[in-house]
Amino acid sequence: MNEMITSGIEVSYLVATILFFLGLKYLGSPATARKGNAIAAAGMLLAIVATLFYQQVFNYSLILAGIVVGSAIGVIGAYRVAMTSMPQMVGLLNGLGGGASTLIAVGEFWRLMDAGLLPSMDNRITTVLSILIGGITLTGSLVAFAKLQELISGSPITFAFQQALNFLLFGGFVVGSVLLVLDPSNIPLFLGLTGISLLLGVLLVIPIGGADMPVVISLLNSFSGIAASAAGFVLMNNMLIVAGALVGASGIILTQIMCKGMNRTLTSVIFGAFGSSGGGSGAGGHKSSNGEQVIRSIDPEECAMMLGYARSVVIVPGYGMAVAQAQHAVRELADQLTRLGVEVKYAIHPVAGRMPGHMNVLLAEANVPYPQLYDMDDVNPQFPETDVALVIGANDVVNPAARSDKNSPIYGMPILEVDRAKHTIVIKRGMSAGFAGVENELFFQDKTMMLFGNAKEMVNKLVSEVKQL
Amino acid sequence: MSAAIITAVFIFTLATLAGAEVINKVPPTLHTPLMSGANAVSGIALIGAILVAGGRDMSTASILGFIAIVLATINVVGGFLVTDRMLQMFKKKAV
Repeated sequence: MNEMITSGIEVSYLVATILFFLGLKYLGSPATARKGNAIAAAGMLLAIVATLFYQQVFNYSLILAGIVVGSAIGVIGAYRVAMTSMPQMVGLLNGLGGGASTLIAVGEFWRLMDAGLLPSMDNRITTVLSILIGGITLTGSLVAFAKLQELISGSPITFAFQQALNFLLFGGFVVGSVLLVLDPSNIPLFLGLTGISLLLGVLLVIPIGGADMPVVISLLNSFSGIAASAAGFVLMNNMLIVAGALVGASGIILTQIMCKGMNRTLTSVIFGAFGSSGGGSGAGGHKSSNGEQVIRSIDPEECAMMLGYARSVVIVPGYGMAVAQAQHAVRELADQLTRLGVEVKYAIHPVAGRMPGHMNVLLAEANVPYPQLYDMDDVNPQFPETDVALVIGANDVVNPAARSDKNSPIYGMPILEVDRAKHTIVIKRGMSAGFAGVENELFFQDKTMMLFGNAKEMVNKLVSEVKQL
Repeated sequence: MSAAIITAVFIFTLATLAGAEVINKVPPTLHTPLMSGANAVSGIALIGAILVAGGRDMSTASILGFIAIVLATINVVGGFLVTDRMLQMFKKKAV
């Protein structure tokens, strides 16, 4: 009988694994994505129910209580969160997953010690690894969440000897791990190692700035998978190992895509501290080369005329659109322009916003049909034939310095070439530099006009002006 | 290293290769839903939490396990629901 239950659990795990795999595969295509999510959720339900049949599981009331509390919070959170806050939401959920994995490793260690059992050598090593990865995921995600929610400054936070401290802590962790593996009864050392991994998570994410956030979020997503996998090694549970590895690997692929979009390596994102070091020299060098700079500002009325009488308009949304929640107004503007016979397209930079695909989600929320969204490679050759490029709250991803100025910290990053359009209109709150801390020479070009103001207010004004044309 | 851990590493490696393969060539439109869906799957930690919390007697381990259950359940439930909410908006509309 017992054997039958054990095989039943293993078979259910196998089916759940297949469902996860198919779910992720279907999530990769627009037509099947929603079905894919449902399939993965079904796999999860199956895995959870099967686990309840394990013989070492007794305390059902405690488990049920935990699941009820967690579900209630999860449901409320998922329905309350605004689409513009999606990067924070994903960041926070990553952290919770990492936290759970750490607690599993710590809890299992405690259980063995309480029972007077000495953990096996394998178990000690996997426990240490699990605490390290889970701890970094937990606190790293919480810092990323705090940055995106603007609880702390979004720009890089750096201090002297930061790298040295990181290496010291990591070295300390390695030494401590070896000691713990040799003598697992050393509880203070165990707690110390947990503390170091939590601290490392904070220290690794605070120096990373706003523009690099999509990379960080997607990397932490990958980490949360690897953390689950590590917890699986501690418990020797194949289901955890496989599902965690699937997430870990797919997260790494997504991270690579993000890095490619910025033409940066993963190591330079993590250890580079963009904005702070490079920004000063970039801005300084710029002033000396251009001397007096003239900005042409424009009012909504004039801007509406240019848009209304253009043949083709390309809209370039950025983080400013997300902050101002202007996506619905932008769609309305596009509708009005289409009514006047203007051809409207959206150009989406791979790292626009604060998470992979951020702009796509917002525009979808505003009911923009996705065939109107164009990737960077598809839209760039079209800019010379475009009458007006309308940049809404984007900065670094349209900065021509990435193409021409070798001293610029963003040199080499692929950009949307809005400066090649016949006219460029930039909606922006003020003349502040982008998140990378770099001046944007686009704003000073003859073909560029600046429309200063909050993205939502300005777009709304444009809508009412265009309506009168 | 025991035979058990070698088998586990074996499984981990194969699953990693499969995970890298399965999401190749995803259109940028789906990057966010894919990430948040994968994130929900990483809430699989929930089953580990159940195993830690489910011991016969209440102990430090069951309390830690209980907290882990709450966190992982938020991850699972919140993750799948929020992904579905996003995907609902991606329906192909008549242009």
